[in-house]
Amino acid sequence: MVSFITNLINGLSLGSIYAIIAIGYTMVYGIAKMLNFAHGDVIMVGAFAAYTIISTMGLPTPVGILAAIVCCTLLGIAIEKIAYRPLRNAGSPLAVLITAIGVSYFLQNGAMLIFGSDTKMFSSVVPLQTLSVGPFLIPGTTIVSILTSVILVSVLQIFINKTRPGQAMLACAQDRAAASLMGISVNNTITLTFAIGSAMAAVAGVLLCSAYPALSPTTGAMPGIKAFVAAVFGGIGSVPGAMVGGLLLGVIEILSRAYISTQLSDAIVFAVLIVVLLVKPTGLFGKVIQEKV
Amino acid sequence: MKMKKWTGLLLAGCMAAGALAGCGGSSTGSTQTGGGEGSEELTWKIGMIGPLTGPVAIYGTDVKNAGQIAVDEINAAGGINGYQIEYRAEDDEHDAEKAMNAYNTLKDWGMQILAGAVTSTPSTAVEALTAEDNMFQLTPSGSSKACIEEANAFAVCFNDPQQGTKSAEYFAEHFPDAVIGTLYDSSTEYSAGIEANFESKGAALGLDIADVESFTADNNTDFTAQLNKLKSAGCTYVFMPIYYQEASVILQQAANMGFTPDFFGCDGMDGILDIEGFDTSLAEGLMLLTPFAADAEDELTVNFVENFRSAYEKTPNQFGADQYDGIYALKLAIEKADLTPEASVSDICEALKTAITQIEVDGLTGTITWAASGEPDKEPKAVMIKDGAYVSIEG
Repeated sequence: MVSFITNLINGLSLGSIYAIIAIGYTMVYGIAKMLNFAHGDVIMVGAFAAYTIISTMGLPTPVGILAAIVCCTLLGIAIEKIAYRPLRNAGSPLAVLITAIGVSYFLQNGAMLIFGSDTKMFSSVVPLQTLSVGPFLIPGTTIVSILTSVILVSVLQIFINKTRPGQAMLACAQDRAAASLMGISVNNTITLTFAIGSAMAAVAGVLLCSAYPALSPTTGAMPGIKAFVAAVFGGIGSVPGAMVGGLLLGVIEILSRAYISTQLSDAIVFAVLIVVLLVKPTGLFGKVIQEKV
Repeated sequence: MKMKKWTGLLLAGCMAAGALAGCGGSSTGSTQTGGGEGSEELTWKIGMIGPLTGPVAIYGTDVKNAGQIAVDEINAAGGINGYQIEYRAEDDEHDAEKAMNAYNTLKDWGMQILAGAVTSTPSTAVEALTAEDNMFQLTPSGSSKACIEEANAFAVCFNDPQQGTKSAEYFAEHFPDAVIGTLYDSSTEYSAGIEANFESKGAALGLDIADVESFTADNNTDFTAQLNKLKSAGCTYVFMPIYYQEASVILQQAANMGFTPDFFGCDGMDGILDIEGFDTSLAEGLMLLTPFAADAEDELTVNFVENFRSAYEKTPNQFGADQYDGIYALKLAIEKADLTPEASVSDICEALKTAITQIEVDGLTGTITWAASGEPDKEPKAVMIKDGAYVSIEG
């Protein structure tokens, strides 16, 4: 029982990081209707920014985290402006998808040129020591990543539902043409979405590397894919869905690794996704949009 | 109808992303070293292939640099049979395909003997090419049994079955009452090979192996589930025949969850103290079985370590020591066979195949002799990390 609960805690820790990444995927999909496959690599850039500031330059941790957020936000805006916007009205949605893959390669290889491809040890930004509650040991990073993801999702929900820019996002998600007729700047709204998504990616990168300290140019690739799965799992386009999907995915992954097979854990995670999509094609929280003719 | 389109897009996305995850990207570095300017002057051309960049770059750079030290020493002392050596290293990033390209580059350069590759998978890949060209290949550290399958291929280091067996023997002798758990990478030949032999030899010797855990290259960041199981099984020793990069993460996570058994590794653990940003106190007490200890006090080791430190500002690891011994083994074997660089690649190979089994190298990694199978014979040493440095354990 003790080990089951420990595994559960580890699963939630991994899942909360997936959740923060998944929110980035889901927001961009919901509003810009595109899959931003470079999102995982933005995480890596955030982690490298924090690493450079904290470990290489020796500046205080909060400066590092802030720098990572600023760096990723600007990167997100730049990617959107340079790589995606010119293609937004291109005939096929595949054009943007393929560009996203290109951006992903660009970021990975750029990081490899600047930082080299050897693995760096990222020292945790969480000053919290491991907490022992009865027979359970809860690492500080676990507590911080779970709390962070809950806070970020709540803030984001309030932002989307209660503020004007948030309402503008909802409007763009529903119908871009109609939104622009109502005087909403679609371009600015999409840029804002990318900025928020990328800022969250920076937070995810710092947390990811605090929990799993190996940092290399490909660090973001696998978590990025898993988070994408989490977003689809929860219902792509839905922020609470991404949160739940991320947490569930983390727990399923750790439990299947602990009780079924280490080798097959990824296969099990993806199999669960297939089952969910067969039963509920829009994901757990996805809305079914009826098309009126 | 809408859904079908969606699923197709999703599938395409997943596949594309999968491809992304698989490819590490590329940056190639090549270095040319060696004395001879003109091609008129006859020299020995020895090539080396290894990961000079990438996740295990520490191995490749140490091998390259240690080889350079040996080459410089030999050249200063008059070369081999009166001919100077040219030594050139090419990067393979620990990737089989890039290693084959590196081999072709070296062949164009005029390589006569290959002192490489450094890691097992690239080494095995290149072996197919050297066998075809009948070029003599002496890998310093390719430890898979497959690296020495061909008649032209020899190794300086222990192979994986040897490492697994020797580790099990070491446990049986020194910690017969230990509750042992193993944690290995089932996706690399190196790790799986050692583990399988450790387990079978351990069972034969009556070791208590309570739990066997594994991970794969795609899942090498979160080890909490495996560590949790090892902890529940009550393991007092954890045998980890894996590379140092994963080991550093494992040590961190084990410390986070308050799991403090004694960790024990093989040669892949060597290099853990050199990771940028790694908290070396986590590795305190980590043991590894290796034929080379940089703190040994014999004259040869002391000189080598000093030269290496002053030239490259770091302590050499076992891989470098293997290459140093390998270059000297080539020298002795060439002298034994009485060869000159005028001989063809194939003739050199034929002569060295026999000559290497007749020599005995008194090197950094012990006294080495070779069997015709390509396997070396030498004694392993146990090393422990104490106060952030490798220290030999007596006995």
